[in-house]
Amino acid sequence: MAYLSLSQVTKRFGAVTAVDRLDLDIAEGECVAMLGPSGCGKTTTLRMVAGFEDLDDGEIRAGDKLLSSRRKNYYLPPERRNFGMVFQAFAVWPHLSVFDNIAFPLRVRRLPRAEIEARTAEALAHTNLTAAAKGSPDDLSGGGKQRVALARALAIRPDVMLLDEPLSSLDPHFREEMRFEIKDLQRRFGFAILYVTHDQAEAMALSDRLLVMREGVVQQVGTPLEVYRAPANRFVFEFIGLSSFLPAALGAGAMRVGGEHARWPASAPPPPELVAAGAAVLAARPTEIEFVAEGGLRGAVARKAFLGETIDYRIAVGDVEVRVQKSRHVAGPAVGESCALAFPRARWYPQD
Amino acid sequence: MTSAVATTSRFGTPQVLLGLSIAILVIVVAVPVLLIFVNAFWVDGHFNVADVIKVLREKDTYQALLNSLILASGVTVTGTVVGTFFAWLVTRTDLPLKGAMKVLFLVPFMLPSFIGALAWKMLLSPRSGYINRFFIEVLGFDGPVFDIYTYAGIIAVETMYLFPFVFIQVAGALERMDPTLEESARISGADLFTITRKITIPLVLPSILSGALLIMLYSMAHFGTVAVLGIEAGIYNIPTLIYEKIHQSAGSFNSIRTGTVLATVLVITAAFILWLQNRVLARGRYQIIAGKSFRPTEVKLRGLRMPMLAFCLAYIGFTIVLPTATIFMVGGLKTYGLPFAAENFTWENYRYILFEWDLTRDAIWNSISLGFAAAVITMFAGVIISYVIVKMKVRGKGVLEFLGMLPFSVPGSVIALGVILAWSGKYGVNLYNTVWIILVAYIARYMAFSLKANSAALEQVHDSLVEAARASGATMWQALRDVVLPLVRPGMLAAFFLIFLPALRELTVSVLLYGPTTRTIGVAIYTLNEDGETVYSAALAGIALIIIIVGESVIKRLFKGAAGRKG
Amino acid sequence: MAEVSIRGLGKRYGAKRVLDDLELDLVDGECFTLLGPSGCGKTVLLRLIAGFEAPDAGTIHLGGQCVADGAAGQVVPPNERGLGVVFQDYAVWPHMNVADNVGYPLKLAGVDAALRRERTRAAIAQVGLAGLDERLPSQLSGGQQQRVALARALVSEPRLLLLDEPLNNLDANLREEMRFEIKALQKKLGITILYVTHDQEIALGIADRLAVMDATGRLRQVGTPEEIYARPADDFVFRFLGIANFLPVRRVGDALRLGSGSDPWSGPPPDRPGAALAAGFRPSDVLLARSGPGLPGTVRRASFLGAQVDYLIDVAGTLVRVTTPSHECVERDLLFVEGETCRIGFAAVQWFEGDVVAGVAR
Repeated sequence: MAYLSLSQVTKRFGAVTAVDRLDLDIAEGECVAMLGPSGCGKTTTLRMVAGFEDLDDGEIRAGDKLLSSRRKNYYLPPERRNFGMVFQAFAVWPHLSVFDNIAFPLRVRRLPRAEIEARTAEALAHTNLTAAAKGSPDDLSGGGKQRVALARALAIRPDVMLLDEPLSSLDPHFREEMRFEIKDLQRRFGFAILYVTHDQAEAMALSDRLLVMREGVVQQVGTPLEVYRAPANRFVFEFIGLSSFLPAALGAGAMRVGGEHARWPASAPPPPELVAAGAAVLAARPTEIEFVAEGGLRGAVARKAFLGETIDYRIAVGDVEVRVQKSRHVAGPAVGESCALAFPRARWYPQD
Repeated sequence: MTSAVATTSRFGTPQVLLGLSIAILVIVVAVPVLLIFVNAFWVDGHFNVADVIKVLREKDTYQALLNSLILASGVTVTGTVVGTFFAWLVTRTDLPLKGAMKVLFLVPFMLPSFIGALAWKMLLSPRSGYINRFFIEVLGFDGPVFDIYTYAGIIAVETMYLFPFVFIQVAGALERMDPTLEESARISGADLFTITRKITIPLVLPSILSGALLIMLYSMAHFGTVAVLGIEAGIYNIPTLIYEKIHQSAGSFNSIRTGTVLATVLVITAAFILWLQNRVLARGRYQIIAGKSFRPTEVKLRGLRMPMLAFCLAYIGFTIVLPTATIFMVGGLKTYGLPFAAENFTWENYRYILFEWDLTRDAIWNSISLGFAAAVITMFAGVIISYVIVKMKVRGKGVLEFLGMLPFSVPGSVIALGVILAWSGKYGVNLYNTVWIILVAYIARYMAFSLKANSAALEQVHDSLVEAARASGATMWQALRDVVLPLVRPGMLAAFFLIFLPALRELTVSVLLYGPTTRTIGVAIYTLNEDGETVYSAALAGIALIIIIVGESVIKRLFKGAAGRKG
Repeated sequence: MAEVSIRGLGKRYGAKRVLDDLELDLVDGECFTLLGPSGCGKTVLLRLIAGFEAPDAGTIHLGGQCVADGAAGQVVPPNERGLGVVFQDYAVWPHMNVADNVGYPLKLAGVDAALRRERTRAAIAQVGLAGLDERLPSQLSGGQQQRVALARALVSEPRLLLLDEPLNNLDANLREEMRFEIKALQKKLGITILYVTHDQEIALGIADRLAVMDATGRLRQVGTPEEIYARPADDFVFRFLGIANFLPVRRVGDALRLGSGSDPWSGPPPDRPGAALAAGFRPSDVLLARSGPGLPGTVRRASFLGAQVDYLIDVAGTLVRVTTPSHECVERDLLFVEGETCRIGFAAVQWFEGDVVAGVAR
């Protein structure tokens, strides 16, 4: 049985549908990331799971317990849902000590004193905060405050943790460290995570499964590797990583891009329905485009920037500009020189 | 971050400006205050504390000190309760018409409280107050339903006009609070009651305390309400006792002495309160800035929604509309005491005051010109001094900062007294009984406001803006003219209005400094009332209210326009 | 158009010596980048050249003319140096519209109104803001305000353009665009540019030549981006230009050993003598394999980042960071999980001698 289950969850704000019939099942110990640009509905979904917003349609369940349902007119308030939650701005209480922050949910549940002490001490130890227990959270850095928030959420040993962009307020240096800490904690305690972020690298590094959203609609659900290598549509392709898009006219075995002709890639031919349509968009990652001596799409180097590890090229293929990135170890053409490009791992999408 | 006025010379323009600024502040602000202490503690050439203690133990003085404390404490408690309650109601519940309520609750700030006291006197004085007479004559009561000439009466009236201090701070804090602070408590399992108790209230406590301390400060230093309502019943606080002593004895040495001793106590108390307020704010200024656009959860009032709205409206009606209407109506009566019937009204009083009577016309003119002059002078002095403090890198400007903020902690009566000591001929210049002594007192009193407004504006002018002008080819003066001045203009304007309007309606300072021809509006209203000319007093008060309301609306329009232009 | 010549430059704040005996030359018409960590003194140097501060020692010459002499205490004020400056916070005047902002330097110089209008309009068009002349800065985005600042700095055709980390507050895409535009403008107008930044990617992408400054204000290396990247003068420069790994290598007789143990070093041979050396390499310089002749390692952490897979690998007790393109990992079975063993080879190694701390450095 799924730990957390959302079915046909919908939320409207006036005329705008913020979340459109979202389905998601999260298994025990699984980390699922909701990824998308701001305003896509991911945070609204999380807040509905937490209980801060009600639904316009659909149901949310935890195991076999119903949490929210518009049809059945049922709504369990947040304080009774037993989730752990971490917010973007930490939401750690400055007027309570670190210890009292973490002990708060335990005290509210009126657990016996000894157990409160024990569990709080454990949470402190697991987040490396034992030394800071008596002080105020304000004495800690952003990363420290986030650890307090994590410890507080962990104290009640929840089955599911809800994380709302927990790393975006942190210094870039700390983000990676905290990411690993969250993963370690998950492995140790075995809770499931529903994670909201707009940073695709973060989402891919952390999650077991990834859900990409746009304007309230789910675009794709899959493992990070699946979503990266086989994006369901052009939006997902573009959102997850660097991209080069080439509008192409398709003929028999060949494509025409920006006035130049080439055979389409043998290892990645366009699907028949797009060939029938006669036109498509070739999508490729700049790092996966190859310079070939012959047989590729001909173009000239318009720009070449040395970025250290990589060299960033802009190749003009007729009036289309293609971005190519190669390691500095690979000898590439100079500015103005002509070259030929191959796309062995291309993906094809319909032209809109 | 260095300013673009980095200088390598030892004795250039910055030093001159610094010296000038210090000189201005010392003469205008520091000297009067210092003289108070000297006069109080220095008798016949030596330091004498015993004498001070003797004065303090006199019955009058002792009682006044006690009264000040009782009244101020009472007002603080009630004002805080009222202010916090309304702040919570307006920011955290689903009360209807919240936007309008927010504005209406701030109206008492605009109205001078002594005019309110006058109105309440007309309504609830035990024998001649209209409400009391209504209950006795019409409803057949034995005695007055409420005697305004009591501690309770004074506290009630002061509360009506001072609670906005707490209201503004608490409403602001509740609105600005990051909603996730409360949401994280909810998800941790706490219900609304627990959240309010353990999270919300502790986080706004600094604002509550800060507002409460401000109420206490104002109440202790306040002349008007206690003068109008307390003297009748023999209830004196420090400012009213100072006034009484000095006026009774026409400025005798002894009375001045008593005055300065009282003033010293007042200053020390005020300084202590301000220091406390600083500590409270410094320690408790939690970073509770709101992040995303999700609002905090509202408490649903359900069945209480309409009753609460009715209560708020009744409160506003009772505390704002009623007294204001009374003032205007009494001002239109032919004689005080006549019932409010159509045949008893006339425009004659207003006409007389505005167009015939020298006393009132002079008072109006004096207040407007004093207010204007004080505002202009402090505005310019303020921008120069602020510039030195904020932008110049020159040694010794800490002194300037201290001197500038000094008057904040010095109550009006003390400044007035100090100005008397400094400018009554002892040191060469005699301004006593002239309009100039009032001007000097106003400048001292309001300098701190100007510094605050101008500093805030100057801090927005980042150094890089000036440096960009220099790099574009501008000399320092050109940069000041083309970049700095246009950007501080709004701050200067703010300073002007921040001073003009309060100066226009103030009483506490001018009541100690006025002479036969140098009354201000506040003094005229007060003395007319004292002389029994209730109707004229009310009419003048009505005119004062109109001037104030018009003035405030003009400012709001100006600033909304300015804010809109700046984007 | 001027060359910049700095000799023996020193600047002190109280007891703290920020710059000491600094020597630098900028060639006419080049785009020069000064790269260093925050607080190292690079902004101070820019401000000294601009004239907002005066040096305690040394001289600054612009186009042959002495504009600052620390010993003699003489400085030419900033408004007389004929420079353009673009600040980190744009410093666009909020009370003036775009045209007034950009035209201000010409107004100060007394250029007549008609000519001024024409040149202003041209400058605004040059930075791609044509048509926005009447707008106020508050109505513009960050990137647009930055262009206004650029136009304003260029309108009086200065001999030298100083840029103080102007692209910091822009998002990644815009930063790249602006970097390219600034470079294109520079080539077109032939202006000399001094660009100060802590971001090595911007520095490498924009510079004809660049200098790396360390935290004490000393210049560690000056050269073209390719030179500095391929042949860093020392490990500070190497570390600063990107994520750096170091493995200690010892010479024992004729053999090379890894670290303090007896495992052989199977990577490229050192290019310098010495008994204790450090092999420095970038995460992308590592060639991973399941087996074979490379150094043995154990995977401690694996993160899938999309285009790359990022590994933290334990090689004889030292943790090194390795990134491999994800398509390679998939196609050549190089998707490791924690605990698996692997073999490390190297596409390139920089050699350093002496006391370099082993491990990964940011």
